[in-house]
Amino acid sequence: MDLGSLQRRYIDFTSALLREGILDGQFTQLQQLQDESNPDFVLEVVTLFFEDSEKLLNELSRTLEQQVVDFKKVDAHVHQLKGSSASIGAQKVKDVCMAFRNYCEEMNQEGCLNCLRQVKDQYLLVKNKLETLFMLEQQILAAGGSIPMMW
Amino acid sequence: MAVDAGAQFHVLAVDDSLMDRKLIERLLKTSSYQVTTVDSGSKALEFLGLREDHSPDHHEMEVNLVITDYCMPGMTGYDLLKKIKESSSLKDIPVVIMSSENVPSRINRCLEEGAEEFFLKPVQLSDVKRLRPHLLKGKSKDQQLQEEGKEVDSNTNAIISTSNNNNKSKKRKAMDEEIAPVRTRLRFSTGSLTIV
Repeated sequence: MDLGSLQRRYIDFTSALLREGILDGQFTQLQQLQDESNPDFVLEVVTLFFEDSEKLLNELSRTLEQQVVDFKKVDAHVHQLKGSSASIGAQKVKDVCMAFRNYCEEMNQEGCLNCLRQVKDQYLLVKNKLETLFMLEQQILAAGGSIPMMW
Repeated sequence: MAVDAGAQFHVLAVDDSLMDRKLIERLLKTSSYQVTTVDSGSKALEFLGLREDHSPDHHEMEVNLVITDYCMPGMTGYDLLKKIKESSSLKDIPVVIMSSENVPSRINRCLEEGAEEFFLKPVQLSDVKRLRPHLLKGKSKDQQLQEEGKEVDSNTNAIISTSNNNNKSKKRKAMDEEIAPVRTRLRFSTGSLTIV
């Protein structure tokens, strides 16, 4: 694919993510903080998000599978996940976390398990999309072009 | 400690989340601040030169502002704020609190305890821009006096003017010197602060 097509594909892909609410303006903010002196800033932050999230999701599964569920613990983990998803602009993940916290407050195990399923789905979706986004960026750079700025 | 007016401001950022530390560091560096990050309130106090037992250390590093997360295990951002404001050596350092939760009672409590600002996470570049006036206000007394063209008279400890302390007066001084140089010199030699 020629550079022009690669860049157009990148723009279409990123616009769709924003339009569908998978990513929000916070992600664009992160991109704006990246520059020649910090060319991997977004990748580094997103990688930390992936690591944090996977740990939290595992913990959540474990905690919700107990005979007696410690809802305070569940809430603490969801609070963290909500914070980190908000920090990178993973809007759908953040939205599920908000509903999740309400079920924690109500000590509703069924509701919590439901949210856990949803948050895992949304997490995998945004992870997949971000990995594709980074791949598209690499392709543009490899073709000698620059990544279009989406703001 | 004399600080060059052009030197960078040094901000100490406190957050238990590595991701958030990375973010705040980037935001602060983008605004040309020198940044140190620590992952707890107790490490922050160590860095500021005050140990948990309240005995000051000799190796303080000058910090111009502390920005801290509210929710941290062990010492919360609020606890850290209190300790800083209770310390005679640290109380003048401006402190800003960050939180992902918008709880009005929490915000008020922090502001009442002396926090300059309360930022909701995720922190934006526009928030970081609001730090500047607090940093400028918190400069050391020496530097402030220097910039105002004043000096402390070593004999009397009185503050005397080495030059006029605002542009308007500067212009008038120039005028005065032309018209009545003797009068101006007399005024200064009496150590008077009043400038017409």
